[in-house]
Amino acid sequence: MIAAIAFYILATVAIAAAFMVVASRNPVHSVMFLILTFFSAAGLFILMGAEFLALLLVMVYVGAVAVLFLFVVMMLDVDFVELKKGFLSYAPIGAIIAGILLIEMIFLGAAYFSEGGRPLVPADPTMSNLEAFGAVLYTKYAGAFEAAGFILLVAMIGAIVLTLRDREGVRRQDANAQMARTREEGVELVDIEPGQGLG
Amino acid sequence: MAIGLSHYLIVAAILFMIGVFGIFVNRKNVIVILMCVELILLAVNINFVAFSAHMPAAPGVNPIDGQIFALFILTVAAAEAAVGLAILVVYFRNRGNIQVEDIDLMKG
Repeated sequence: MIAAIAFYILATVAIAAAFMVVASRNPVHSVMFLILTFFSAAGLFILMGAEFLALLLVMVYVGAVAVLFLFVVMMLDVDFVELKKGFLSYAPIGAIIAGILLIEMIFLGAAYFSEGGRPLVPADPTMSNLEAFGAVLYTKYAGAFEAAGFILLVAMIGAIVLTLRDREGVRRQDANAQMARTREEGVELVDIEPGQGLG
Repeated sequence: MAIGLSHYLIVAAILFMIGVFGIFVNRKNVIVILMCVELILLAVNINFVAFSAHMPAAPGVNPIDGQIFALFILTVAAAEAAVGLAILVVYFRNRGNIQVEDIDLMKG
């Protein structure tokens, strides 16, 4: 009973927040609603027994991706009210396509569940979620795990290369020039007479 | 009333629909389109976890596989967001705006 109530609350919040991501005029609000959506989805994951993925979702999305979005939204100084103008003119075509997709998926689900009804068994009751995860991730899916790490590396280097820019007229340390300096041009020995000074 | 697999699939379907709807409706702002892509990937993840949680036990079938796949989707989604936003920043630096309708440099 309590699980059903929790499910309905989380699902409602997730869907409402997802709609506000699309509908809100200010992209900063959109990012905030995106965070709310991911939080609610993490709650749904916990209800389904996927605790590790739920916490991962909070860490990766709320902690990293959403902040990245927020950073970019605030960095790009754009007139956002202007951007949102033509919202209504595209709404009918978007609603039609989305509605067709939804009907397709509902029919697919109805067809899948019509015959016999699948038994509902919780995933692996002997191990905790994290244990079950690790037992498979580092053995059966070790190659895919490495590939995922490589994808993250490529994305990191790609993002750095894309956004790095050379500015003109900036004084930088030139290691080659420093190393190529000889003793003769760097040091001068001066013989100073007693009581006279350099002048 | 028990919450079954179909409930989660319906939630995922609605989230997916909202994401697609957002991509079609939003013809001005690239950032919101990227957020809609994230929503779609989240819907896919909910599907994977729901099927993983409700999969009938059978020999040779490990129900945790669905969650592993969701983990990889999460990884790719994070990489996609990083590269997409980097491209956006470079585009904004070059052109001064991020309106979708103005991105037609490759148009013949």
